[in-house]
Amino acid sequence: MTTDLNFPGLRSGVELVPATDQPQTGKDFTSDQEVRWCPGCGDYAVLKAVQGFLPDLGLRRENIVFVSGIGCSSRFPYYLDTYGMHSIHGRAPSIATGIATAREDLSVWVVTGDGDALSIGGNHLIHALRRNVNMTILLFNNRIYGLTKGQYSPTSETGKITKSTPMGSLDHPFNPVSLALGAEGSFVARTIDSDRKHLTSVLSAAAAHRGTSFVEIYQNCPIFNDGAFDAIKNNDTKADAIIPLVQGEPIRFGVEGAKGLVRDTEGGGVKIVEVGTGPGQVAEDALLVHDARNPDPSTAFAISRLTDSGYLNQSPIGIFRQVDRPTYDDQARGQVAEAREAAPGDRSERLAALIGGGDTWTII
Amino acid sequence: MQQGKQVKQLDRVIIRFAGDSGDGMQLTGDRFTQESAVFGNDLVTLPNFPAEIRAPQGTLPGVSSFQVHFADHDILTAGDAPDVLVAMNPAALRANLGDLPKGATIIVDTHDFTARNLAKAGYDANPLDALGDAAPGAPGGLSEFAVHPVDLTGMTVEAVKEFGLSRKDAARAKNMFALGLLSWLYGRPTESTIAFLEKRFAKVADIRDANIAAFKAGWNFGETTETFAVQYEVKPAPMAPGTYRNITGNLALAYGLIAGGVQSGLPVFLGSYPITPASDILHELSKHKSFGVTTFQAEDEIAGVGAAIGASFAGALGVTTTSGPGIALKSEAIGLAVMTELPLLVVDVQRGGPSTGLPTKTEQADLLQAMFGRNGEAPVPIVAPQSPGDCFDAALEAARIAVTYRTPVMLLSDGYLANGSEPWRIPELADLPTIDPAFATELNHRPETGDSGDDAEFWPYLRDEETLARPWAVPGTPGLEHRIGGLEKADGHGNISYDPANHDLMVRTRQAKVDRIAESLPPLVVDDPSGEARVLVIGWGSTYGPIGAGVRRVRKAGYHVAQVHLRHLNPFPKDLGDILARYDKVLVPEMNLGQLSMLLRARYLVDAIGYNQVRGLPLKAVEVAEAIGELVSQAEGIQVDLSTESTPSTEKAL
Repeated sequence: MTTDLNFPGLRSGVELVPATDQPQTGKDFTSDQEVRWCPGCGDYAVLKAVQGFLPDLGLRRENIVFVSGIGCSSRFPYYLDTYGMHSIHGRAPSIATGIATAREDLSVWVVTGDGDALSIGGNHLIHALRRNVNMTILLFNNRIYGLTKGQYSPTSETGKITKSTPMGSLDHPFNPVSLALGAEGSFVARTIDSDRKHLTSVLSAAAAHRGTSFVEIYQNCPIFNDGAFDAIKNNDTKADAIIPLVQGEPIRFGVEGAKGLVRDTEGGGVKIVEVGTGPGQVAEDALLVHDARNPDPSTAFAISRLTDSGYLNQSPIGIFRQVDRPTYDDQARGQVAEAREAAPGDRSERLAALIGGGDTWTII
Repeated sequence: MQQGKQVKQLDRVIIRFAGDSGDGMQLTGDRFTQESAVFGNDLVTLPNFPAEIRAPQGTLPGVSSFQVHFADHDILTAGDAPDVLVAMNPAALRANLGDLPKGATIIVDTHDFTARNLAKAGYDANPLDALGDAAPGAPGGLSEFAVHPVDLTGMTVEAVKEFGLSRKDAARAKNMFALGLLSWLYGRPTESTIAFLEKRFAKVADIRDANIAAFKAGWNFGETTETFAVQYEVKPAPMAPGTYRNITGNLALAYGLIAGGVQSGLPVFLGSYPITPASDILHELSKHKSFGVTTFQAEDEIAGVGAAIGASFAGALGVTTTSGPGIALKSEAIGLAVMTELPLLVVDVQRGGPSTGLPTKTEQADLLQAMFGRNGEAPVPIVAPQSPGDCFDAALEAARIAVTYRTPVMLLSDGYLANGSEPWRIPELADLPTIDPAFATELNHRPETGDSGDDAEFWPYLRDEETLARPWAVPGTPGLEHRIGGLEKADGHGNISYDPANHDLMVRTRQAKVDRIAESLPPLVVDDPSGEARVLVIGWGSTYGPIGAGVRRVRKAGYHVAQVHLRHLNPFPKDLGDILARYDKVLVPEMNLGQLSMLLRARYLVDAIGYNQVRGLPLKAVEVAEAIGELVSQAEGIQVDLSTESTPSTEKAL
């Protein structure tokens, strides 16, 4: 599947990060550590894609930081030869917020999973999105707890039989894209571990976006949740399962583009129709044209609802939303810069004036 | 100005201003304090207010008070019992009466002594009606006190009539009338308060003028009324040469953090979540961005410390400020900072616990949490200030340790230090320590087999031999790319290691690094003037004042006692063990159930005896003195009589 993700004109997420004049390859970003995921894990594909894509960014390696939480995917930073921190469960967005705010010259990445980001770290995720801190969050969604050996996660389908839910899980799952849109995410996308090309193109767009880029990556866990994305990955079914979102294009999918999206004037959302000229069918020019740049997130949210949170027989893939919004870190640094300009002079002298201020008296 | 009025000399006075939460008692007390500071008295203050922002008006839980102790000599505490109570309503009178010694002066605003307000305060009858004829010692009776019933509110409203304020707004200036009256009574300079009011209400001319008028009217009332026949004078205290200001602990601590940034050349990054009584540090630091200070109000306590750790990783001085409940939430992240060996300042302004506890009251019961409140062997250095002004030095010291040793450091202040104030000699910048971040910029390891430069590597866990600190290599430094995290590190190269021997080594090494800090500490100062003491009193944190005052009482009565006060709780100073061994008895007064006692007993096998109070208030000097006296009696086999010092200060003072 090819996807055009051309969004010209926005301020880049990496424009303050020093570029390199040295040619780079994926090998430059490969650390000396042995990768220790299970054979067949979707994380390998994402790691390869990231290692292959980072040279394209053309940034100095020492100015890239990967931060992760806890979980299988959170081992990611160890395998990249950049700066990195494998932190504690759920807190990577807050640590990354400190890094990104303290330093404008770093490209900051968060690697997290469905348990890490949506369960224990849910609070930090939504607040990072709300603040729009300049970082890219890669959420590896395998819809299961892998590192703790197979309990259901906040994205597992209801009724899932696991070690901790022998009679079936009761929790209603999160739709990560809907959540990110609801949290005012300025860049919200979804891609698939097994589609290297799409994955790479979404990563490029995410890195280029200034603000918090949220990328949900469907990722298969062959040990504890194998086949969770079969409908989307199986050649026989994926044409009907994947709803590709391409900027400026009518949203159309299915075998030979037989299906498409239109606004649901009754329900207020969007609905799937058959494309064509026959009875009950909708003409192609009446289909909804995808516009991730729409300042109003309502349509993006409506599209996100097409993901069936149950067994995942159908899901939109691509960039749901990308809008320009001031970032927290730029503004925080801006306030510091403004204050410094307003109070020029030597820091030590100003400190002496500060602590010596107020009502004072002198004893000789 | 005091024509016809007698002037009496006093060496010290304790005044407590008490009223409803909305009556402006904190402001009144603060202004009186500033006047006294400018006048040159030594002073210590104790604000005491409810956790509720506006508790139901006129009720006992809604009473807010501010105690100021000022003297013509060096004093250490806000005083055990007020000589003067200013009570703005029946609830304020009732709530504070129990703290007053016989003979204390009470100035009471009669205006709010209505049937309704009396009932709210739990009075069946107006206690002012019974003045003079109540049986001595009757509960709630006022016959033992010198009571001055004055219609402060009524006179205030009359005094500000010309400004055309509503009756409500006019009455609100009554605190300034009271301040004016007390300022006259003790001969305080008034200029700073008038300047303050002019600035504070610059944008509302009528309110400004009314407050100034009320303040002056209060002064004039004192001067002219027959009610007050005597004016008092407390001369300035002799103090070491220097320039002074009055400062609260939270302000001094915030300044200390800024100084930590300046003295290390690092930008300061504060990640914090609002919590009483620490929020004022966040407020203050947010005003000083011009020093390269970034303040981040996080979504929760964990995010606050997380962002601070991230900022430290990125090369800033990461700081997080909170109180005990926040420390509980941050524990896992502090453990991460222990493991990643990054500089981090964790400020705990302790309050009454457990759980939400007493948010606005003081306590020092987080020592063991600071010491041990993490999973695994996770040693964290602990520094504690001993007075409001000392919060400045303690913050700088905590920054020194954090940066030098690449470690999180706990700074244990408390509610009493945070909101209390004292005159502070403003330090010369040249006297402040400089802190060297010593960022790593070079590869630091060459495999033994190879000698070519190409083999050189960066090992993030290769240690400085003297401090055992690891290199701090910040992102952006070419060639030093490395990964750190919460998993156990292999010694040296820092890659993940599950090797049993390595884990044992790393656990011991992290402990050894913290222990190594003791090498950089100055010897303890033992205050034992006679050299004959057999009892040692040892404390930490804000109990310095009450312990010191208690020690003075014991010595004044002719007995020997030694005192030592700890700034470093982890590691302990190297000479502490020897000092403890020199004395027959060791007393440890604390505002907890014996946490330092436990540490001393465990570490030094010393029979530390606790004196413990957890009432949400500072220890009382007189009670500490009694506890010391008891031990002196046991140690020396003598009868101890402290009564030469038991004269109520009021008889001397008023």
